[in-house]
Amino acid sequence: MTALLVLLSIILIAIVAVQIGKVTDLASKIRGEEDMQESINKRQGAYLLLFLILFIVLSIGTGVMYKNYMFNFGMEAASEHGPILDRLFNVTLFFTGIVFVVTQVLLFYFAFKYRGRKGQKASFISHDNRLEIVWTLIPAVVMTFLVIGGLDAWNEVMGDVKDGEEYIEIEATGYQFGWSIRYPGADGLLGEKNFRLIDGTNPLGQNWEDEKNLDDFQASEIYLPVNKKIRVRITSKDVLHNFYLPHFRVKMDAVPGMPTYFVFTPTKTTEEFRQQLKKFPEYQIPDDETDPTGPKLWETFDYELACAELCGSSHYAMRLPVKVVSEAAFAEWVGQQASFYESTIKGTDNDPLRVEGALSEAAPETEEALDAEHE
Amino acid sequence: MANVATPTRKSEEDVLIEQLGYDDHFHEHHHGDAYQSNFITKYIFSQDHKMIAKQFLITGMIWAIIGGAMSIIFRLQLGFPEESLAWLKPLLGKWIVINDAGIGTLAAEFYYALVTMHGTILVFFVLTAGLSGTFSNLLIPLQLGARDMASPLLNMMSYWFFFLAGLIMFTSLFLSTGPFAGGWTAYPPLSALPQASSGSGAGMTLWTVSLVFFVVSVLLGGINYITTVLNLRTKGMTMWRMPLTIWAFFITAIIGLLSFPVLASAFFLLMCDRGLGTSFFLSEIYIGGQALDHVGGSPVLFQHLFWFLGHPEVYIIILPAMGLVSEVLAVHSRKPIFGYKAMVYSMLAIAFLSFIVWAHHMFMSGVNPFISNFFVIFTLIIAVPSAVKVFNWIATLYRGNVRLNAASLFAIGFVSMFISGGLTGIFLGNSAIDIVLHDTYFVVAHFHIVMGVAAFFGMFAGVYHWYPKMYSRFMNETLGKIHFWGTLIGAYVIFWPMHYIGMAGVPRRYYRFDSFQAFSHFDELNAFITIGAILTFAVQLLFVINFFHSIWKGKKQTTKNPWGATTLEWTAPIKATHGNWPGKLPSVHRWAYDYGKDGKDFIPQIEPMGEDETDH
Repeated sequence: MTALLVLLSIILIAIVAVQIGKVTDLASKIRGEEDMQESINKRQGAYLLLFLILFIVLSIGTGVMYKNYMFNFGMEAASEHGPILDRLFNVTLFFTGIVFVVTQVLLFYFAFKYRGRKGQKASFISHDNRLEIVWTLIPAVVMTFLVIGGLDAWNEVMGDVKDGEEYIEIEATGYQFGWSIRYPGADGLLGEKNFRLIDGTNPLGQNWEDEKNLDDFQASEIYLPVNKKIRVRITSKDVLHNFYLPHFRVKMDAVPGMPTYFVFTPTKTTEEFRQQLKKFPEYQIPDDETDPTGPKLWETFDYELACAELCGSSHYAMRLPVKVVSEAAFAEWVGQQASFYESTIKGTDNDPLRVEGALSEAAPETEEALDAEHE
Repeated sequence: MANVATPTRKSEEDVLIEQLGYDDHFHEHHHGDAYQSNFITKYIFSQDHKMIAKQFLITGMIWAIIGGAMSIIFRLQLGFPEESLAWLKPLLGKWIVINDAGIGTLAAEFYYALVTMHGTILVFFVLTAGLSGTFSNLLIPLQLGARDMASPLLNMMSYWFFFLAGLIMFTSLFLSTGPFAGGWTAYPPLSALPQASSGSGAGMTLWTVSLVFFVVSVLLGGINYITTVLNLRTKGMTMWRMPLTIWAFFITAIIGLLSFPVLASAFFLLMCDRGLGTSFFLSEIYIGGQALDHVGGSPVLFQHLFWFLGHPEVYIIILPAMGLVSEVLAVHSRKPIFGYKAMVYSMLAIAFLSFIVWAHHMFMSGVNPFISNFFVIFTLIIAVPSAVKVFNWIATLYRGNVRLNAASLFAIGFVSMFISGGLTGIFLGNSAIDIVLHDTYFVVAHFHIVMGVAAFFGMFAGVYHWYPKMYSRFMNETLGKIHFWGTLIGAYVIFWPMHYIGMAGVPRRYYRFDSFQAFSHFDELNAFITIGAILTFAVQLLFVINFFHSIWKGKKQTTKNPWGATTLEWTAPIKATHGNWPGKLPSVHRWAYDYGKDGKDFIPQIEPMGEDETDH
């Protein structure tokens, strides 16, 4: 029914429009083409000018209106490298903003100012080499600065950890549709994986013959200590995903068969970030609209991990909360986690170490057996 | 002003062609015009470039309506996720799931299919075939003074391969597993594995087959355009006397010829991975409870191959629009295009650079960050020729006598869009900022404005301007202006707010936003965008009505050269038949932009240089 009504009104509008069109055609016959075009130019010129003013005012005005949601303006970065990228964004916004206003104003203003009039003659200006060199050089110079600033930041942010540097490595594995997070355990090292070892009891395909795996544990949320360098090893089990932490300005594709990484340092605990959001009226509204007395948005805020590479029908729901806590709280949390091997594998049929008990002797044999089984 | 061309001018032109034209003995070869003797050879399997142009245009329009309608459906989902879409059940069938309360929701899988199809259709079928196919065909022979394309047969085949591609794509919409739903970029493994997405089964097979046919169409057309421009220019038409439209189509065809085969090769390798068990793009995958045998391939390789076409492709879309706009702005400003040679050189620069920037789509895909340095540099260099073009368009208006009609308004709108969308490219091309903005709505806003909407504006400017050359009638001006204002305001209403959503980090290709607190602040803005999209789409229907109504009822063209343009197509008869000029071919004596020179409103290209006349 609504569809029919919409269709009917569209048809009606079309008929009205055609009729208006006929009237103007008639009018131009009566008044003569040239006079008619002149009055059209006058009216359209005025519209162009009006549009220009509204466009510039609204584009700046609405930007201010939404600024508390935007990165940097409202949502300050929660990582060490974040502010560098945000500053770069602002510098670019400044330069492009000037160009935007100047060129749009000239474009619409010239169209208005030099609208066709009877008897007016256009000037024959075919080119002006000096002017053209000037407006080739200006963008070239501005671009040079932006490129230098950008590449400087890029190479710093994307660099891997250096030898001897202290960092915590965690691993994020994307799958349809969720994330598995693996921590290295007490040894600080992530164990080997092989996708052929994946099965119901071993979701990441960890190789239990590798000692480094025995203390690795998995978590349903990402816990990170504040002000510690984190290296995330990013992989995928099936299709492409993207490890995206908006508040930390972290983004990297998860590619099956090719582990990627991103190194960053969280600088604000979840609690600190909530306090920061508290300042904005946008976050003073209740989290649950049906419960006006319930907790406010800023109180329920959590950092979030999202997927930013189309990966299938539930791509939009690959959420995992991220908690940044003090170093002491992190140590305590780590202490409570049980290694995946200890809690799920050890002593079961899936434990290749069970048979002989002696790790070093059992290893080669079972590896071959496993390979045979999977091929 | 309109219709300034006086009857004396008209006969003068015919006299000039008669006296100075080039006699290729056309009539001695073409008795009875065997090319278009009956209905089928005239309207269906036509080899006349003017008819083929119309076929491309109308097919493109049909695809634009289908692709646009798809965007309305997925915008309804994004703007009003709680509203029932049960009323769409008759159209979409099982893809609308109705719950016990009678609320119909769009299936997520089909949402992604709609997004994918919208992208594929608009990029390839509408803005490549519909834009370049239409105007290259219409204008290359007419503006160069040629009888037709170098090979009318290949030209006809180009259209029919496009038609076939469309037919196959359309069929895929009705598969029970649904059309392809992995995004228009079709990244494997998602596109390679039916286990990963139901659209990656038969839907993907048809998608690939369709696009391979499309590549054939583009190549047949492109070879023809290049050959025609190089070989069939009339007497006196040197390269530097060609209108910018022809330069644009020429350069576009070269880009297409060099980049589309790479896409085809990527598709062949993908087909091998899908059907023959090879591992070009697949490695170490565990899906559906099973570890696949593929090892050693790289999904990133596909991205390289895809974007080696994909990036030039955006220039294949925008360059013809730039050419059309340059011509329309000059004609209606009654002034030469400012910096003609700079315009050509900047197009050549853009074309060259377009081949060495592809990996700027892949900063976050896991390629070595060091490699990205080069791509950042080349990408941001493109801003320079682009800026030159913008300044030149603005300078063309300066001290002109601008006739503000639908064509020139759309040309002005094009420049506005190109500025707005081009500037956001400076953010995205800088890899450091791209860490933040990659795959967010900021990207959606950027490419829609700079290559989607802008290319449409160029196309509209072209259709309103050259409509008389197609149908010997005019489109209705008032409707055209309503169409312009509705589209200009509508396009900004739709895409401007998306910058803000993107600057808040909201990723694109999300079916709902409420899974994340960070992304769920924009319900009102999303509803606003959807309403804007519906209204803007409705305004496009005005254009469609105007277009078809005017074919039969539009104001008749009474003079050969209604806009007072210098180029050759306006010296051909109002109802040009096959061969374009009845007698001799016009010969050319000057460049295409002698507007307002020596106190004359315009001097056609066929007029010889005066004794004391200097070049521009």
